[in-house]
Amino acid sequence: MHTLYYLAAGPFAIAAFVLLAGGSLFRLVRMGLLARKKDPAVFDYMSARYGFRSLFHWLVPFGSRGMRLHPALTIASFLFHVCAIVAPVFLYAHVLLIDESWNIAWVHIPDGAADAMSLVVIAACVFFLVRRMKSPEVSYLSTWRDYAVLALVAAPFVTGLWSFHQFPGFRYAGIIHMLSGELLLASIPFTRLSHMIFFPITRAYMGSEFGAVRNARDW
Amino acid sequence: MSQVALKKETPVSDDGMLKGAAKLTPEKIRETVRKVLDGETGARLKTYAAMCARCGMCSDACHFCLSHDRDPAWSPAGKVKRTIWELVRTGGKVDAEFILDACRIAHTECNLCKRCAMYCPFGIDVAYMMLVMRRICHKLGVTPQYIQDTAHSHSATMNQMWVKEDEWIDSLQWQEDEAREEMPNLRIPIEKEGADIMYSVIGPEPKFRAQLIYQAAVILNASGVDWTMPGTPGWDNSDMCMYTGDNEMMGRLKRAHFDTAVRLRVSRIVMGECGHAFRSVHDMGNRWLGYRQPPVPVIHAVEFYHEILKQGRIKIAKKFEGPVTLHDPCNIVRGHGLHEMAREVVRLTCDELIEMHPNREHNYCCSAGGGVINCGPPFKTSRVVGNRVKAEQLFAAKARGAKTVVAPCHNCHGGLEDIIHHYGLGMDVKFLGDIIYSCMEKPE
Amino acid sequence: MYCEKDHWDWEPGAREVADIDSWKSEHSYVEEVYASPDGEKAAAVVKTEEGEFSLRVNDATWEPSFDRAWYPRFAPDGRLTALVSSGGEWTLAIDGVLWENGFDFAWDTRLGADGAHAVVAVQRGGRYAAAVDGEAWEDDFADFTGLAVSEDGLHAAAVVQTKPFGQADIETFQQGCYSVAVDGKVWDRSFVNAWNPALSPDGVRSAATVRTSLYDYSIAVDGEPWKASFPCAWEPRFNPKDGSVWAPVKTPGGWTLFRDGERAWKKDFVELWRHSFSPDGKRVAAVVAKTFGRWTVAVDGKPWSATFGDMVTDLAWSPDGARAAATGKDKGRWTIVVDGKPWPASFDRVWPPVWSPDGRHTAARVKKNGSETVAVDGRLISESFVKVFTPSWSPDGTKLLVRGVRTAASAGRAYVRSVVSLSEFLG
Ligand code: HEM
Ligand code: HEM
Ligand code: SF4
Ligand code: SF4
Repeated sequence: MHTLYYLAAGPFAIAAFVLLAGGSLFRLVRMGLLARKKDPAVFDYMSARYGFRSLFHWLVPFGSRGMRLHPALTIASFLFHVCAIVAPVFLYAHVLLIDESWNIAWVHIPDGAADAMSLVVIAACVFFLVRRMKSPEVSYLSTWRDYAVLALVAAPFVTGLWSFHQFPGFRYAGIIHMLSGELLLASIPFTRLSHMIFFPITRAYMGSEFGAVRNARDW
Repeated sequence: MSQVALKKETPVSDDGMLKGAAKLTPEKIRETVRKVLDGETGARLKTYAAMCARCGMCSDACHFCLSHDRDPAWSPAGKVKRTIWELVRTGGKVDAEFILDACRIAHTECNLCKRCAMYCPFGIDVAYMMLVMRRICHKLGVTPQYIQDTAHSHSATMNQMWVKEDEWIDSLQWQEDEAREEMPNLRIPIEKEGADIMYSVIGPEPKFRAQLIYQAAVILNASGVDWTMPGTPGWDNSDMCMYTGDNEMMGRLKRAHFDTAVRLRVSRIVMGECGHAFRSVHDMGNRWLGYRQPPVPVIHAVEFYHEILKQGRIKIAKKFEGPVTLHDPCNIVRGHGLHEMAREVVRLTCDELIEMHPNREHNYCCSAGGGVINCGPPFKTSRVVGNRVKAEQLFAAKARGAKTVVAPCHNCHGGLEDIIHHYGLGMDVKFLGDIIYSCMEKPE
Repeated sequence: MYCEKDHWDWEPGAREVADIDSWKSEHSYVEEVYASPDGEKAAAVVKTEEGEFSLRVNDATWEPSFDRAWYPRFAPDGRLTALVSSGGEWTLAIDGVLWENGFDFAWDTRLGADGAHAVVAVQRGGRYAAAVDGEAWEDDFADFTGLAVSEDGLHAAAVVQTKPFGQADIETFQQGCYSVAVDGKVWDRSFVNAWNPALSPDGVRSAATVRTSLYDYSIAVDGEPWKASFPCAWEPRFNPKDGSVWAPVKTPGGWTLFRDGERAWKKDFVELWRHSFSPDGKRVAAVVAKTFGRWTVAVDGKPWSATFGDMVTDLAWSPDGARAAATGKDKGRWTIVVDGKPWPASFDRVWPPVWSPDGRHTAARVKKNGSETVAVDGRLISESFVKVFTPSWSPDGTKLLVRGVRTAASAGRAYVRSVVSLSEFLG
């Protein structure tokens, strides 16, 4: 178990970050090159003005008609995304670990806030799960991968809480936390979570096509 | 997981599709799918397939899905699941049955209206994926008979309706004769090189709706612009090959159209009230040829009417009576943002405008566009039943007094007439040109 | 060598040839004006009385009048042609004299380089053919399109339908129902489609783009397709000197130029078309898109560096084949580009460039601020017009014949012919 701990705390963590950064870069560059070769017009029609205009509307809660038609999903989704990004990035324990390892530090949030945010993320994941199972238009599209992604995302939050609050078996939870967190980070570029890196591009492209070529809104 | 009543598949009765599918072998399917997916598509398709969150937000966009009580099989992502995803997942290891089904979905159950691109948080372009599916079907020789026949006509005559070179000129001269009964010195100037405007129409106009050419001639003459119509192939701006996935023919047609305008050396093309033709010059055909935008500016009839009304080149004698409602054609609204101009033209020419909701960019498609109506009688019912929401919109507008639907697009016209008839709505469908022609002051 | 132009009036100065206003007072209806190549005649379709039309040429009107007259075009030798119909019968009228044969429809007048011969497409009883100097082909066809005529105007080719097929019969269509007929004789083979027929300058050989299935394109020469097939191909053209056939074809890497079935240019382009041979046949240039949406001309495979965003067209070689010019359009503004260098001015519209005989200057009809005039090497001549016609160079290249319609002293419209000395304004 100690070896596993050391692996998780050291080489695995580094591997996860390298895969996240390197994988994202790799995917972006490869798609870019492929687009150059096969869809060169994409670059010609990209427009900064209309790209950002579209991104703006889709990053503001209820900024699109689709969001207004689904208030519960919209609220859950925004809370989820904000918390899922803010909690781990500004968590005291994480900031400390990084500071110790690489001597870089940034502000952190109070642990209570992190707790609350983690709970929000877990609750949102439950909401997503229920929706995925109960709503025909989502369940029809779902495969095991979609459920796996939800589990993958929820795992570090559940185990992080568990470990931090020293619930029974917290030592195991701590190791599982690190492992699952690393798995999540490493899988972002290679699963549906790659929407994190591609979202700005596809949204901006559609925004440019609608705005600059079609004189129309896309939200 | 909850069970839902998924759509019941009606067996395909289209002769062209069945005969094409009968010739398929698993090897041919696999090879063709690979060739198109690896050779012709790239980053867009890959990215869309990789990132789709399977969130179902696009269901709200599609009139087919909404009209089938949100049956998810009709949702945009549902249709992708039943076509492209499966081909990507299996690498093309599917049978002829699957291709028939995929062909029906891509050709007759999606209007390529792009409404879903406005509802998908990622801006995933399902219409593009359906076009890729149609391209694969084209390469496999499985395309609905009627639209394939139209594509053949395009290839043989450069127009949609097998109109021969002399028939075209003859129908212009005939309309000119007719119109001279009303305005003795009216002219439809054919091959007037160096005119300011080349007026172009779609194939069905000389064939079935020649009075539209007459009306346009009266409007163009009255507005005093310097215009012409070509006397050669290249006069037809329509492009069903864009919708059958025959991209090479799409390009050839657009080249013929642009080259004709360049030969006549006009400063711009004004096109009649057609939506898909506008998409083909502005978005798809031009790009296939390497033109970022059309080499000669193309102005849609709505823009042109707006211009001549605003400039006072034509005057409205008496506004069109009775409230009207306005249908927003996808290809000029989501396709070119002409919704406010269209409203302005309606306000300048009609007594009262009653809006349908949702409208403008959020309009529901007429369910005829994207080549669906051109697939002909075998698919008429599914297209009309698949657009109950439009009937409900129309009915609501009628309940508030609208008797006439203004639809500045040929496809919408046909689609709405079918819907009105099927649901017994009893409304009239009119082009803006009909209204302007009937309400304008006509010079002697 | 006899040159028609030697006999034109090259005395510098402007001369009013026809008072269009007087035409308008004599006829209740006057169409747009056409000018003869030497500038001495102006013509237009006019109404002679109710429901009767004819052609007005300077001060006279053709003797016969017609139910309809259209497509007035001057032949290179100065004769005026028009398509006319009376009592439902169509034919070509030349200087007021009708061809003996009439047709149910006639259209698409083509004139030989010296103007001696004329070809039109004709329809009789729903069957189609070409008529050369009034004589229709012996064989006629169910459909006919894309008329091509040899330089001398004596030979004609067109795409014709060879097999009947019923409504929406997509199967028969795909078996191949079209071919090319040359002087009425159809090629041995039929294709799914044939487009852009071309004749060798002597009118003996023919070529066309063909589609052998919905997916395979090739170039057929005298009915025989090249061995290679392509995902797409544009129009073939004959080299005027060695008779080789060249066509733009699509390859996996993009568009390039093929010669007699073999790759002629190394480079691939996003687009390539409108290839054109120098008069000596030694060089070939084409309009290309170097990258998406950037257009230029490539000469012998090498693209010019200047590119245009809207389009490039009207490729024209200097008489000695040393230089090339084209029309370019960028952001809605037109200009002429010569050997890769755009003229220093841009215009609202520009017509094809015309080379001086010595290949030192290019002239073109241009439109700017609502009026038309002629520009030489980018500089406008002083006169401006409502409308001008393509300018012509004097045989010695020192003068330019400018024909145009302008606002006359009486404030009405007049057709004038004006000879401008280059030295006067190029300095
Ligand atoms: C690189 C791997 C990671 C390591 C080494 C790591 C380490 C830690 C540590 C040491 C704690 C404190 C627990 C305790 O005190 O026992 C913690 C808590 C937590 N971590 Fe991680 N973590 C990793 C990745 C992640 C990821 C990817 C996420 C989420 C996306 C995440 C979310 C959390 C949360 C939500 C808490 C609990 C916060 C709270 O409730 O106060 N961690 N992590
Ligand atoms: C900054 C970048 C990100 C953006 C713009 C973004 C945007 C979106 C959007 C638009 C959706 C679609 C459906 C919805 O609204 O729920 C979505 C779904 C989702 N996102 Fe993100 N996301 C981002 C980053 C992340 C990250 C970092 C994670 C995980 C740690 C994540 C996990 C998820 C999950 C699990 C879903 C699916 C929810 C379901 O099952 O319905 N996202 N995201
Ligand atoms: S019909 Fe329109 S909304 Fe429906 S899938 Fe096709 S493009 Fe999307
Ligand atoms: S809205 Fe977009 S991401 Fe969501 S299921 Fe539809 S296509 Fe996929």
